[in-house]
Amino acid sequence: MALSIVHRVTGMALYFGTLLLAWWLIAAASGPGAYANVQAFTASSIGRLIVFGYTWALMHHLLSGIRHFVWDLGYGFKPNEREALTWGALIGGVSLTVLVWIAAYAIGGGR
Amino acid sequence: MSAQNSPAKSMRTPLARVRSLGASHSGTSDFWRQRLTAVAMTLLILPVIVIVLMLIGSNQAGAKLILGSLPIAIILLLFIVASAWHMKIGMQVVIEDYVHNEKLKLAGIMANNFFSFAVALASIYALLKLSSGV
Repeated sequence: MALSIVHRVTGMALYFGTLLLAWWLIAAASGPGAYANVQAFTASSIGRLIVFGYTWALMHHLLSGIRHFVWDLGYGFKPNEREALTWGALIGGVSLTVLVWIAAYAIGGGR
Repeated sequence: MSAQNSPAKSMRTPLARVRSLGASHSGTSDFWRQRLTAVAMTLLILPVIVIVLMLIGSNQAGAKLILGSLPIAIILLLFIVASAWHMKIGMQVVIEDYVHNEKLKLAGIMANNFFSFAVALASIYALLKLSSGV
Protein backbone atom coordinates (compact mmCIF):
# COMPACT_ATOMS: atom_id res chain seq x y z
CA MET A 1 0.00 0.00 0.00
CA ALA A 2 1.23 3.45 -0.85
CA LEU A 3 -1.03 5.66 1.17
CA SER A 4 1.61 8.11 2.39
CA ILE A 5 0.79 10.29 -0.60
CA VAL A 6 -2.88 10.29 0.43
CA HIS A 7 -1.81 11.65 3.81
CA ARG A 8 -0.06 14.50 1.98
CA VAL A 9 -2.90 15.14 -0.43
CA THR A 10 -5.52 15.24 2.35
CA GLY A 11 -3.18 17.54 4.29
CA MET A 12 -3.02 19.92 1.34
CA ALA A 13 -6.80 19.79 0.93
CA LEU A 14 -7.26 20.62 4.61
CA TYR A 15 -4.73 23.44 4.24
CA PHE A 16 -6.84 25.23 1.64
CA GLY A 17 -10.06 24.08 3.31
CA THR A 18 -9.21 26.31 6.27
CA LEU A 19 -10.29 29.19 4.02
CA LEU A 20 -13.83 27.85 4.26
CA LEU A 21 -13.55 27.59 8.04
CA ALA A 22 -12.18 31.13 8.33
CA TRP A 23 -14.91 32.44 6.03
CA TRP A 24 -17.54 30.78 8.21
CA LEU A 25 -16.15 32.25 11.45
CA ILE A 26 -15.74 35.72 9.94
CA ALA A 27 -19.30 35.56 8.62
CA ALA A 28 -20.61 34.58 12.05
CA ALA A 29 -18.78 37.57 13.50
CA SER A 30 -19.95 39.93 10.73
CA GLY A 31 -23.71 39.53 10.83
CA PRO A 32 -26.84 37.71 9.65
CA GLY A 33 -26.38 38.58 5.95
CA ALA A 34 -22.83 37.25 5.75
CA TYR A 35 -23.78 34.15 7.71
CA ALA A 36 -26.72 33.47 5.40
CA ASN A 37 -24.30 33.52 2.46
CA VAL A 38 -22.19 30.79 4.07
CA GLN A 39 -25.30 28.75 4.81
CA ALA A 40 -26.53 29.14 1.25
CA PHE A 41 -23.16 27.86 0.04
CA THR A 42 -22.97 24.88 2.43
CA ALA A 43 -26.59 23.97 1.61
CA SER A 44 -25.88 23.90 -2.15
CA SER A 45 -24.87 20.58 -3.69
CA ILE A 46 -21.36 21.76 -4.56
CA GLY A 47 -20.94 23.24 -1.07
CA ARG A 48 -22.21 20.05 0.52
CA LEU A 49 -19.82 18.00 -1.60
CA ILE A 50 -16.89 20.19 -0.55
CA VAL A 51 -17.78 19.97 3.14
CA PHE A 52 -18.24 16.21 2.82
CA GLY A 53 -14.85 15.95 1.14
CA TYR A 54 -13.37 18.14 3.84
CA THR A 55 -14.82 15.87 6.55
CA TRP A 56 -13.31 12.80 4.88
CA ALA A 57 -9.92 14.51 4.40
CA LEU A 58 -9.91 15.46 8.09
CA MET A 59 -10.90 11.99 9.33
CA HIS A 60 -8.47 10.23 7.03
CA HIS A 61 -5.61 12.58 7.86
CA LEU A 62 -6.32 12.10 11.57
CA LEU A 63 -6.23 8.30 11.44
CA SER A 64 -3.40 8.21 8.94
CA GLY A 65 -1.52 10.56 11.27
CA ILE A 66 -2.10 8.23 14.21
CA ARG A 67 -0.64 5.50 12.01
CA HIS A 68 2.48 7.63 11.60
CA PHE A 69 2.58 8.08 15.37
CA VAL A 70 2.67 4.33 15.84
CA TRP A 71 5.59 4.18 13.43
CA ASP A 72 7.32 7.13 15.15
CA LEU A 73 7.18 5.16 18.38
CA GLY A 74 8.82 2.22 16.67
CA TYR A 75 5.89 -0.17 16.38
CA GLY A 76 3.93 -1.65 13.51
CA PHE A 77 6.71 -2.24 11.00
CA LYS A 78 5.98 -5.89 10.23
CA PRO A 79 4.36 -6.32 6.80
CA ASN A 80 1.03 -7.53 8.20
CA GLU A 81 1.01 -4.75 10.82
CA ARG A 82 1.73 -2.13 8.17
CA GLU A 83 -1.13 -3.45 6.06
CA ALA A 84 -3.49 -3.51 9.05
CA LEU A 85 -2.64 0.08 10.05
CA THR A 86 -3.08 1.31 6.50
CA TRP A 87 -6.40 -0.45 5.94
CA GLY A 88 -7.53 0.64 9.39
CA ALA A 89 -6.86 4.28 8.52
CA LEU A 90 -8.58 3.92 5.15
CA ILE A 91 -11.70 2.13 6.37
CA GLY A 92 -11.81 4.07 9.67
CA GLY A 93 -11.59 7.37 7.82
CA VAL A 94 -14.56 6.54 5.60
CA SER A 95 -16.54 5.11 8.55
CA LEU A 96 -15.97 8.16 10.77
CA THR A 97 -16.94 10.46 7.89
CA VAL A 98 -20.22 8.61 7.35
CA LEU A 99 -20.84 8.57 11.11
CA VAL A 100 -20.33 12.34 11.42
CA TRP A 101 -22.69 12.97 8.49
CA ILE A 102 -25.35 10.66 9.90
CA ALA A 103 -25.12 12.63 13.14
CA ALA A 104 -25.27 15.89 11.19
CA TYR A 105 -28.38 14.84 9.27
CA ALA A 106 -30.02 13.49 12.44
CA ILE A 107 -29.45 16.82 14.17
CA GLY A 108 -30.25 18.99 11.19
CA GLY A 109 -33.29 16.99 10.18
CA GLY A 110 -31.98 16.58 6.64
CA ARG A 111 -31.20 20.22 6.20
CA MET B 1 21.61 20.27 3.75
CA SER B 2 24.59 21.51 1.74
CA ALA B 3 26.65 21.96 4.92
CA GLN B 4 26.51 18.21 5.47
CA ASN B 5 27.80 17.57 1.98
CA SER B 6 30.82 19.86 2.27
CA PRO B 7 32.65 18.89 5.47
CA ALA B 8 35.94 20.24 4.10
CA LYS B 9 34.78 23.80 4.58
CA SER B 10 34.28 23.42 8.31
CA MET B 11 36.73 22.84 11.13
CA ARG B 12 33.94 21.61 13.36
CA THR B 13 33.66 17.90 14.00
CA PRO B 14 30.45 16.12 13.03
CA LEU B 15 29.72 15.67 16.74
CA ALA B 16 30.06 19.40 17.46
CA ARG B 17 27.78 20.15 14.55
CA VAL B 18 24.92 18.02 15.83
CA ARG B 19 25.52 18.28 19.59
CA SER B 20 22.45 19.54 21.45
CA LEU B 21 20.43 19.66 18.24
CA GLY B 22 18.86 16.30 18.96
CA ALA B 23 15.62 15.68 20.85
CA SER B 24 13.99 18.90 19.71
CA HIS B 25 16.69 21.38 20.72
CA SER B 26 15.79 23.22 17.52
CA GLY B 27 17.67 20.74 15.30
CA THR B 28 14.43 18.93 14.65
CA SER B 29 12.11 21.57 16.10
CA ASP B 30 9.67 21.44 13.18
CA PHE B 31 9.44 17.65 13.45
CA TRP B 32 8.70 17.96 17.16
CA ARG B 33 6.18 20.79 16.77
CA GLN B 34 4.36 18.94 14.05
CA ARG B 35 3.88 15.97 16.41
CA LEU B 36 3.00 18.30 19.32
CA THR B 37 0.27 20.04 17.34
CA ALA B 38 -0.91 16.69 15.94
CA VAL B 39 -1.40 15.31 19.46
CA ALA B 40 -3.14 18.53 20.49
CA MET B 41 -5.59 18.26 17.58
CA THR B 42 -6.16 14.54 18.17
CA LEU B 43 -7.26 15.43 21.71
CA LEU B 44 -9.36 18.38 20.52
CA ILE B 45 -11.03 16.81 17.48
CA LEU B 46 -13.98 15.24 19.32
CA PRO B 47 -15.09 18.44 21.11
CA VAL B 48 -14.55 20.38 17.87
CA ILE B 49 -16.81 18.00 15.92
CA VAL B 50 -19.45 18.24 18.66
CA ILE B 51 -19.29 22.05 18.48
CA VAL B 52 -19.71 22.03 14.70
CA LEU B 53 -22.66 19.61 14.99
CA MET B 54 -24.21 21.88 17.64
CA LEU B 55 -24.18 24.72 15.10
CA ILE B 56 -26.11 22.87 12.40
CA GLY B 57 -29.38 24.56 11.62
CA SER B 58 -28.83 27.62 13.77
CA ASN B 59 -28.95 31.11 12.32
CA GLN B 60 -26.31 33.79 12.90
CA ALA B 61 -27.75 34.83 16.27
CA GLY B 62 -27.70 31.23 17.47
CA ALA B 63 -24.22 30.62 16.10
CA LYS B 64 -22.99 33.77 17.80
CA LEU B 65 -24.39 32.60 21.11
CA ILE B 66 -22.69 29.20 20.85
CA LEU B 67 -19.36 30.41 19.42
CA GLY B 68 -19.20 33.24 21.94
CA SER B 69 -19.41 30.98 24.98
CA LEU B 70 -16.11 30.77 26.85
CA PRO B 71 -15.28 27.04 26.82
CA ILE B 72 -16.27 26.67 23.18
CA ALA B 73 -14.26 29.72 22.12
CA ILE B 74 -11.21 28.43 24.00
CA ILE B 75 -11.45 24.95 22.45
CA LEU B 76 -11.74 26.48 18.97
CA LEU B 77 -8.89 28.94 19.61
CA LEU B 78 -6.62 26.10 20.72
CA PHE B 79 -7.61 24.10 17.64
CA ILE B 80 -6.99 27.04 15.31
CA VAL B 81 -3.53 27.74 16.74
CA ALA B 82 -2.55 24.06 16.60
CA SER B 83 -3.88 23.58 13.07
CA ALA B 84 -2.30 26.74 11.67
CA TRP B 85 1.06 25.74 13.09
CA HIS B 86 0.68 22.16 11.90
CA MET B 87 -0.36 23.08 8.37
CA LYS B 88 2.42 25.65 8.04
CA ILE B 89 5.02 22.99 8.87
CA GLY B 90 3.32 20.38 6.69
CA MET B 91 3.15 22.63 3.64
CA GLN B 92 6.78 23.67 4.16
CA VAL B 93 7.82 20.00 4.09
CA VAL B 94 5.88 19.51 0.87
CA ILE B 95 7.45 22.63 -0.70
CA GLU B 96 10.94 21.55 0.33
CA ASP B 97 10.33 18.09 -1.12
CA TYR B 98 8.99 19.11 -4.51
CA VAL B 99 10.22 22.65 -5.30
CA HIS B 100 13.89 22.54 -6.20
CA ASN B 101 14.31 26.02 -7.65
CA GLU B 102 15.82 27.98 -4.77
CA LYS B 103 14.02 31.29 -5.41
CA LEU B 104 10.71 29.59 -6.06
CA LYS B 105 11.15 27.55 -2.90
CA LEU B 106 11.81 30.63 -0.76
CA ALA B 107 8.83 32.41 -2.32
CA GLY B 108 6.67 29.37 -1.64
CA ILE B 109 7.78 29.12 1.97
CA MET B 110 7.10 32.84 2.42
CA ALA B 111 3.63 32.56 0.86
CA ASN B 112 2.97 29.54 3.08
CA ASN B 113 3.84 31.56 6.18
CA PHE B 114 1.69 34.48 5.07
CA PHE B 115 -1.28 32.23 4.28
CA SER B 116 -1.10 30.26 7.53
CA PHE B 117 -0.71 33.38 9.68
CA ALA B 118 -3.47 35.24 7.84
CA VAL B 119 -5.99 32.38 8.10
CA ALA B 120 -5.19 31.86 11.77
CA LEU B 121 -5.34 35.54 12.66
CA ALA B 122 -8.59 36.11 10.76
CA SER B 123 -10.20 33.14 12.53
CA ILE B 124 -8.89 34.21 15.94
CA TYR B 125 -10.08 37.78 15.40
CA ALA B 126 -13.55 36.53 14.40
CA LEU B 127 -13.80 34.33 17.49
CA LEU B 128 -12.65 37.11 19.82
CA LYS B 129 -15.17 39.46 18.23
CA LEU B 130 -17.93 36.88 18.78
CA SER B 131 -16.84 36.43 22.40
CA SER B 132 -16.64 40.13 23.18
CA GLY B 133 -20.14 40.69 21.86
CA VAL B 134 -19.18 43.76 19.83
